[in-house]
Amino acid sequence: MVDPLISGLITKCIMMTIKMKKGSPHVDKIFKYVAIGAATYVLAIIALIVFNLGTGSAQVWQQEGISFLTGSDWNSVEGRESYGAAPYIMGTLVNAGIAMAIAIPLSFGIAMFLSELSPRLLRTPLAMVIELLAAVPSVVYGLWGLLVFRSYIKDWIEAPLHNVFGDNSIIFAGTPFGLDILTASIVLAIMIIPTIASISKEIMMAVPNSQREAAYMLGATKWEAFRLAVLPYSKSGLIGACILGLGRAVGETMAVTMLIGNATGAAAFPSSLFQPGQTLASIVANEFAEASQGGLHLAALVGIGLILFMMAFAINVVAHLLVAKVVKSHEGAVLA
Amino acid sequence: MTKVIMGLAFMLILIVPAMSLHASAQTSQSYTITGAGSTFVFPLMDTWRVEYNKIHQDIQLNYQSIGSGAGIKLLEQKSVDFAASDAPLSASDVQQAPGVLTIPESIGGITIAYNLPGIDKGLKLTGPVIAQIFMGHITSWNDPAIANTNPGTSLPDQKIIIAHRSDGSGTTYAFTDYLSKISPDWKTKVGQGKTVPWPVGTGGQGNAGVANIVKTTPYAIGYVELAYVFQNKMTYAFVQNADGNSFVEPTLDTVAADAAAASGNLPAADGDWSKVSIVNQPGSNSYPISTLTYIMVYKDLSTVTGETQDKSKEVINFLNYVLHDGQQYSSGLLYVPLPDSVKKIGEDGLAQLTFSGGAVPEFGPIAALVLAIAIVSIIAVSAKTGLGFSPKL
Repeated sequence: MVDPLISGLITKCIMMTIKMKKGSPHVDKIFKYVAIGAATYVLAIIALIVFNLGTGSAQVWQQEGISFLTGSDWNSVEGRESYGAAPYIMGTLVNAGIAMAIAIPLSFGIAMFLSELSPRLLRTPLAMVIELLAAVPSVVYGLWGLLVFRSYIKDWIEAPLHNVFGDNSIIFAGTPFGLDILTASIVLAIMIIPTIASISKEIMMAVPNSQREAAYMLGATKWEAFRLAVLPYSKSGLIGACILGLGRAVGETMAVTMLIGNATGAAAFPSSLFQPGQTLASIVANEFAEASQGGLHLAALVGIGLILFMMAFAINVVAHLLVAKVVKSHEGAVLA
Repeated sequence: MTKVIMGLAFMLILIVPAMSLHASAQTSQSYTITGAGSTFVFPLMDTWRVEYNKIHQDIQLNYQSIGSGAGIKLLEQKSVDFAASDAPLSASDVQQAPGVLTIPESIGGITIAYNLPGIDKGLKLTGPVIAQIFMGHITSWNDPAIANTNPGTSLPDQKIIIAHRSDGSGTTYAFTDYLSKISPDWKTKVGQGKTVPWPVGTGGQGNAGVANIVKTTPYAIGYVELAYVFQNKMTYAFVQNADGNSFVEPTLDTVAADAAAASGNLPAADGDWSKVSIVNQPGSNSYPISTLTYIMVYKDLSTVTGETQDKSKEVINFLNYVLHDGQQYSSGLLYVPLPDSVKKIGEDGLAQLTFSGGAVPEFGPIAALVLAIAIVSIIAVSAKTGLGFSPKL
């Protein structure tokens, strides 16, 4: 079935190679086919992923219906199987949200320093170090978090907070021991800071110097020049940088799995910072290897993959809308 | 130009069959036995790989420790000679892979490890108390239920921090098997499985992950494989035996005693193992939380893709080695050697292994593709240049 197709293709290629001469129209044709092929590849991969995730998880959608999204039961014991992903969806959002809340101000600070304030000599080495941090594999961050950083968080942040606020406050309730939503979020923030910071820096540096000079000419201070000249110009790019960071935060698996404590079911619903949680990516990493072939458990995990994919898709769509809106208002401002 | 292409194509046609002949000549002398599965048996399997290769230099063992479930998946896809698993095949696994023999290959003991500053190993715990701790009903170390069996030990007034496995695992399977047997409450509310809905606690990845949590967190408790607690010098509890007359320390001997006591109830290698459990066996010296680990292999070895008659003999030889000479390395690596009564089941199983159907000569798909390309290009070139020997297209 495939053979005539392949051999036909090969024959055609060989014929073309033979016929091809400098400037012949065949070069254009080959270029066109190669480009179309590459573009089709992207669409085909996306379609295949959605299709496979859909068929792989069909069983769980049939069984659970909408409660797969809203339920909080997660039970893979034979004969009692029941799956609800709500705690993990919430866990992913909370975890990524806290990480972003920590990472964005820090990253923008780094980028501002590098593009506006840093002495020329310091700029290149510092930027290089940040890019180096972005290249550290996540398992290294995970191990470092588990073996080193965790005890600092426990002793210096969690224990004092717990002592002051105690179990009565909601977000600081529970015995702090370092494997929880807070630790995972902080390490996640550390992981996405290099990404956001290095892109933000590039964007701020790309602002033409004439803009800054114009602001200084009007008597602006450094901060005013940044706010009036650099910020409006780079807004859409900065949002893009944040979205890239958010994308990494939502999908990050290894480090989060090592640090978040891996509670399951209703116990994983994020109610306190000092409580073990679970994200969509980490539950798949935890349970996929031992889920039995063809069972509902496997279908549920594939379904989690589908939810994660949709989430990433939604984030990107929202990002595009945001960027488009900002660019529009920015153009308006320039015109006015 | 065309002559060069033709020449290359002819060379390919000549080389490919020669290459595949050469490859098959090589495999007729040495074999690679492939296995996959349990991470728990990996250190033992790796020792077997080295030691077996010393005796049989033409036999290589390629064992991938990718997890019991993943190993069983590979066996169901017929792509490995054997799978190693910490849990028996479930009923649905048996449907996916009919005709699989289950051969017990080593024994694991599961300890209740804890981290209580100032308290050494040997805290005495009963089964129901362990169940209540892991259900979150007993929340403090100085709870009367714990204090009752430990007179003379000053237990701290501290919250119990619970650690469990976050990944699916045979260790969890055996531990929840024990809790389900000993506590009806656990059986109805949580149940038994490789992953269970833990009501409380923090999940660590692998035995190493749980051991790490317990070691680094004061007032933590968790369940960890015997070998890990010994290697990491952790403190662990003595657990009340099934007879209820003593608290047994987990050692290689007490775990083996439990398995030996269970051997009378074990099915034959081709029987249904999905309900097998060796926890909580009688005997004053039986440590109650233990489990068998298994090798799964197709009764008819020709089921595996690419298996040949000669190779299947080597697979059987290796499995015999595992049951007999291989066992001498177990205790050195803190695995429990098989008692004779359990070994017998494996021997009977190995005697059933067969190979049906003749060996199929293999002509690799890649070789076929290369050959096809060569032929096609010859036809194409000769058609284009009109060089003769092929009919004009």
